[in-house]
Amino acid sequence: MWPGIRSFRQRRYQMTSNRSWTPYLLILPSVAFLALLFVAPLVQTIWLALSENGAPSLANMRTMVNDLNFVPSLRNTFLLALAVVPVQVAIALAMGTLVAKIGAGRETILWIWTIPLGISDLAAGMVWLAILQNTGYLNSLLFGLGLIERQTAWLTYQTPVALFVGIAVAEIWRGTAIVMVIIVAGLNQVPREYREAAEIFGAGPWTRFWRITLPLIRPALQSALILRTVLAFEVFAVVYALGGRNFPVLVGEAYTWQNQNQNYGVAGAYAVLIMVISLAATVVYLKAIKVDPERLP
Amino acid sequence: MADIIIDRVQKTFAAFHALKDVSLTIGDGEFVSLLGPSGCGKTTLLRIIAGLETATAGDVRIGGKTVIGLAPKDRGLAMVFQNYAVFPHMTVYENVAFGLRMQKADDARVKAQVERTAGLLHIEEYLDRYPNRLSGGQRQRVAVARALAVEPKVLLMDEPLSNLDALLRLEMRTELKTVLQSAGTTTIYVTHDQTEAMGLSDRIAVMHYGVIEQVGTPVEVYNHPRTRFVGGFIGSPPMNFIRLPVIAGEVEAGGQKLAVPAGATGEILLGLRGEAVERVSTADGLPMHVRVAEPMGSHLLLTGSIRDQLVRIVLPASETVRGGDTIGLKLDRDRLTWLSPDSGKAYPATP
Repeated sequence: MWPGIRSFRQRRYQMTSNRSWTPYLLILPSVAFLALLFVAPLVQTIWLALSENGAPSLANMRTMVNDLNFVPSLRNTFLLALAVVPVQVAIALAMGTLVAKIGAGRETILWIWTIPLGISDLAAGMVWLAILQNTGYLNSLLFGLGLIERQTAWLTYQTPVALFVGIAVAEIWRGTAIVMVIIVAGLNQVPREYREAAEIFGAGPWTRFWRITLPLIRPALQSALILRTVLAFEVFAVVYALGGRNFPVLVGEAYTWQNQNQNYGVAGAYAVLIMVISLAATVVYLKAIKVDPERLP
Repeated sequence: MADIIIDRVQKTFAAFHALKDVSLTIGDGEFVSLLGPSGCGKTTLLRIIAGLETATAGDVRIGGKTVIGLAPKDRGLAMVFQNYAVFPHMTVYENVAFGLRMQKADDARVKAQVERTAGLLHIEEYLDRYPNRLSGGQRQRVAVARALAVEPKVLLMDEPLSNLDALLRLEMRTELKTVLQSAGTTTIYVTHDQTEAMGLSDRIAVMHYGVIEQVGTPVEVYNHPRTRFVGGFIGSPPMNFIRLPVIAGEVEAGGQKLAVPAGATGEILLGLRGEAVERVSTADGLPMHVRVAEPMGSHLLLTGSIRDQLVRIVLPASETVRGGDTIGLKLDRDRLTWLSPDSGKAYPATP
């Protein structure tokens, strides 16, 4: 009809269609990156774990479950997570509440508290090894105080409780900072007036904490718990540095099957198991700590 | 029975004197506003009374007993905050019930009180909702209901209406007055809005730079400001201040000879309310050069100058004046305030 109008329409159509593709184009590199380096290995690992000689099979799973170290490693990993995560959250809440009351020097204290964040797992394990080994600082201190007469071993298979406590303490030291950072961010979002109103209407410090502060930082608490628990199931380097194979954990077993036994299938089975446990824990947290945006400030 | 005595209270933040020796006595059941611009110390004073802030010096007595060192909850008071501070994770019911729950009141009493105060503030329909589903005005009602539910001896309100839009503010103001009149609670109300203070209060304490400049009924502070600041802060338009020469104890204003207070020599500052005038012929009155005339419907607002000094004058809506006109004004002798131009303080009223 009128060619001018048609070409105008076409141009407009092209323009809008270009525009609708732009966001996808922009996130394409990150999607490709993740697909290449995350999804593909994930699928590969799952296949590796659930196949043998190119055919689907549960052989690797059976090998894993029947291995002598499977039950201890599963038990140790869960016990460690159960011991470490609640303590870390409690300490992080205490630290966050304390630092909120501090005026001058607050930033400096936060800086110091977050130093463990910048230290690698293995380095943290070495630091605690230097403290806890036979010729370490702890024994020197105890000897100096006259509490022990000769070097005491803390990290052997003969002292499982001391070994467990040592690893737990090292993990708490290393991993609390990240929980605290998330909790402090959550606390900062709760306006002061809520606590003041609660105080005016007769709530003491504990009631204010349990009935006002804690419910209002639910989202931060949820994120911190998920992150910290998933990381706790992946514990490895600190354990490896302090206990070696005296304290088997799931990731440690995966490492052993991969590197020493050269059995990638069983290593893959462990990896899949860890992933399933982490996913299950996340689902539990999402269900248990419901975050209703309508009930937040 | 709770009267409040604020006795030479001081508060310093590092080098900043937020409150300088503030004293104020509030009678039982009285509604007193602390009025002033931001930074005048009114909120600090309220927070000291509440116990959320500690006074550097001085004493606060509620019902005859000093409350210095007492926790907020032991002072027998309730508070309404500027941004409501209604707990978002509790239903409206639980919000209103919060104070009673903290006092371990039994369920029957909680229910009765929540229903009573919810009825007073017309929020019965929202009791099982969460505050985020409510408008600002509704949330403010919840905050007031929460405060009244504990039947406090003293109610503290910190700019409770300032987050509401103008129309809602007017509506809530009227309603607050109705509710609080029937409750008979001693109330301290912090605001920077002089119309709010005028409309609600039995007495107003006007604060400026950490000092109470004047305490009085709304009519007193409006008609007889004790300082230039009070006259300028209260009233819309604010009071006009005109410098005039004093000749033999009198001031000449158009045809009028006005006696000034004894002791005034040289120059004097005339405090003139915009409506304390009457229009007369230019020959008979004090001449005013009108720059802008704004017909407001209820009145006519004129901006211009008298003796080259800026003034705002209010005339009845029936008058017709246009920008550029010169009109004559006769001053209402009984409604003039005389102030010292140096100190800004008013001379004691002459009989």
